[in-house]
Amino acid sequence: MDDLFAARSQMALSLGFHIIFACIGMVMPFFMATSHYKYLKTKDTVYMDLTKAWSKGVAIFFATGAVSGTMLSFELGLLWPEFMLHAGPIFGMPFSLEGTAFFIEAIALGFFLYGWGRFNPWFHWFTGVIVGLSGLASGILVVAANGWMNSPSGFDYVNGEFLNIDPIAAMFNEAWFTQALHMTLAAFVATGFAVAGIHAYLLMKGENKAFHQKAFTIALIFGAVAAVLQPISGDISAKDIAVRQPAKLAAMEAHYHTEEAADLIIGGIPDEEAKEVNYAIKIPGALSFLAHGDFDAEVIGLDQFPEEHHPPVTVTHFAFQIMVGLGMILVGLSLLYFFSLWKKKNWLAQPWFLWLFALATPLGFIAVEAGWTVTEVGRQPWIIYEIMLTKDAVTPMPGISYSFYIFTAIYLSLTAIVGFLLVRQIKAVSQKPTLTPSTSSDS
Amino acid sequence: MLYVVIIFLCLSILLYVILGGADFGAGILEIVTPSSMRDKFRDTTYKTIGPIWEANHMWLIISIVILFVGFPSIYTMLSVHLHIPLALMLIGIIGRGTAFVFRHYDAYQDEMQKVYNLIFTYSSFITPLFLGLTFGAAVGGEIDPEANSFLGAYIQPWLNLFSIAVGLFTVAICGFLAAVFLVGEARKEEVQRLIIRKAKLFMVLTFVAGGLVFFASIIDEVPLVDLILTEWFTVGVLFLATAAMILLWFKLGRGDRKLDRFLGGFVVSAILLAFGYHYYPDIIIVKSGENLSLFNSAAPEKAISSLAWALMIGSLFILPALYYLLYSFQKPKLVE
Ligand code: HDD
Ligand code: HEM
Ligand code: HEM
Repeated sequence: MDDLFAARSQMALSLGFHIIFACIGMVMPFFMATSHYKYLKTKDTVYMDLTKAWSKGVAIFFATGAVSGTMLSFELGLLWPEFMLHAGPIFGMPFSLEGTAFFIEAIALGFFLYGWGRFNPWFHWFTGVIVGLSGLASGILVVAANGWMNSPSGFDYVNGEFLNIDPIAAMFNEAWFTQALHMTLAAFVATGFAVAGIHAYLLMKGENKAFHQKAFTIALIFGAVAAVLQPISGDISAKDIAVRQPAKLAAMEAHYHTEEAADLIIGGIPDEEAKEVNYAIKIPGALSFLAHGDFDAEVIGLDQFPEEHHPPVTVTHFAFQIMVGLGMILVGLSLLYFFSLWKKKNWLAQPWFLWLFALATPLGFIAVEAGWTVTEVGRQPWIIYEIMLTKDAVTPMPGISYSFYIFTAIYLSLTAIVGFLLVRQIKAVSQKPTLTPSTSSDS
Repeated sequence: MLYVVIIFLCLSILLYVILGGADFGAGILEIVTPSSMRDKFRDTTYKTIGPIWEANHMWLIISIVILFVGFPSIYTMLSVHLHIPLALMLIGIIGRGTAFVFRHYDAYQDEMQKVYNLIFTYSSFITPLFLGLTFGAAVGGEIDPEANSFLGAYIQPWLNLFSIAVGLFTVAICGFLAAVFLVGEARKEEVQRLIIRKAKLFMVLTFVAGGLVFFASIIDEVPLVDLILTEWFTVGVLFLATAAMILLWFKLGRGDRKLDRFLGGFVVSAILLAFGYHYYPDIIIVKSGENLSLFNSAAPEKAISSLAWALMIGSLFILPALYYLLYSFQKPKLVE
């Protein structure tokens, strides 16, 4: 494995791992706070149990998220020193603000986890909300940094030098808003469906109905609302990319040749040699419409870019298809759920309904990973779009493949342990009937 | 504005070494605690570091962010030439952070606990070892930007006596800090006695390791001893640190918990101050070419000033909240 490929793979692995914890860390606190709110309003102890169970989940994911995030802040330098040398001061603004957000999140979490019985209940509740808000803020800030890599701004690039640096302008680059919007929704979709799915599975096994029904409802309402909005935000992103990074759009759509009234390609297998797509369904003019809002508009194809600047088409195209496909399935499930609410049907007692959602548990996260693959692989071969090539940024140290193997082994074992813990946590929750608030205040 | 950033950088490194160090130290102490006492000892650690342990970790992140935003060439030079020890430190950080949570939050208290404990204690040792080693390597003068052999560029900068001695010294300081912070937290008499014994053990170790650092600096020809001996400030501060440690030896656990902690924190701050003063403003001493200092490696003015503003505004939010967190957990619960 050559060093560049090893470094790219290690980066992708670490980010792919971190994003799962990041999503849960951003969204779970809101579920927890909702359930806590319900408890404070209704005094129904089931909500208290749920709040506590979820807050343990938040603590586990927060710590693992913090660890994987710390890794990343070192890895940026360990793997891409040349990139960080120039990019650090420019795109550093969101990272320095993010530090504050993390800190507040950690402090608020300290208050929340250890504060049972110590504070005014509403103050205690509010610290939970702060955990969520600061988590969201940090997510949005890092995405702004990533947006800068896709749409560099806030400096003048003269003869290979970065002059007139303006970190504020770099933070508010052209990509930050669409990416942050889409990512925030994605976090809600992925976490909402995953949590709801787990509780649907436990309901199906007939355990602790009152508890799991409440959990399912809270998680799914968040997830389903976000899922319905997701394609709208995705469409905004696509239109944005059509202008900002036409090569990425072309790779997503496997769109090799510039043309007017371009077809939208669904599925299909791109042939990177012959520059065509086989076995695809084609919808005439739809790509032009999606990218520019006009069925006859011209859509730039990969032929407008020199061959060595083409992103990997197959990976980007498949990742995009997976994301959109899953997005549509999740919209379908959400509409089904809203229908059941509207018609006041109690489908939560129906095995087929529970099965459907249990099966959907991982879909949101798969879509998140696919979406990031689109964004990151679609930017290749650039690390800073049209400014710096990824291969020029990689560390000069040889033997990165060993580092990749070691970190892969670590990540795999961590994943296994977290999974194992979660299973045990879930088992424990469903075995204990109901905890009363006072006996469980030792956590 | 550059000075604001430098002050924040120094403060966050100091706080990381003290607060994070005490955290690591708790794990190190566990290694040297006889197994019959371990459970009781662990009980004390949880109670003490539980609520705030996550916040301690932030100081490292802040330091790293300040480095890559404000002093990018220092950050990249360290990450290129000290790639290996930094990666090992990262492995320690992963192991420690996750094992701590795992052993705390696993729904069942069974055999798995042993695995978590093992990971926790050993990574509590590895992380400060490589952290200190990195500090040592940065100023050890073996980093060679012009090296063209693998050994010269990526191994020799850190695999030398001096860096290893600084690493061991850091480990000793962490154990010392943890013991001093834990004294007075123990509810049981025997645990209290154990902790005092450990505190003294680590004071001795700190002295021994400190001596080792000087000894190694002579062998590795790091100009430390002669320079320190000609700087009255450095000598004075190191002297005060020693005096504080001797005072602590007699006072420890005898009454005032606040005094114990203050002295412990003072010893470590003084040591850092002495070395910081000695090297300031250089951060990386290189084998050939110009040393990297906080001035010649600083990012352009605009980047520095926005970083400074972000830090100042951030601390306006963080410090009161952190204070209130620490304050509230000193108080007894409202309702039990
Ligand atoms: C639950 C997850 C999820 C779902 C259902 C979707 N997406 Fe997405 N998508 C993401 C999760 C995601 C993401 C992981 O959050 C990305 C990666 C980078 C980003 O900002 O968001 C992303 C990126 C991303 C990009 C690239 C943005 C860029 O590079 O700047 C486009 C064009 C779309 N998406 C479009 C869509 C469309 C048209 C969808 C229709 C259903 C869709 N996404 C569903
Ligand atoms: C789009 C990608 C990312 C998102 C959405 C994201 C979001 C988050 C969130 C929400 C957290 C808090 C974790 C929790 O509450 O469980 C977190 C933690 C962290 N992230 Fe990321 N992150 C991303 C990528 C990165 C990158 C590239 C870096 C490195 C430079 C990074 C550095 C960190 C650090 C240092 C932490 C730990 C701070 C803490 O203890 O809370 N993140 N991230
Ligand atoms: C957490 C969500 C993210 C995921 C899952 C993700 C995924 C990936 C993937 C798959 C690659 C490899 C692309 C390739 O080489 O073909 C990559 C590269 C990279 N990403 Fe991201 N990314 C995320 C967010 C970010 C953020 C927020 C940043 C920085 C602020 C970032 C910085 C980088 C860098 C520096 C590289 C290596 C250079 C490159 O390949 O262009 N990523 N990421």
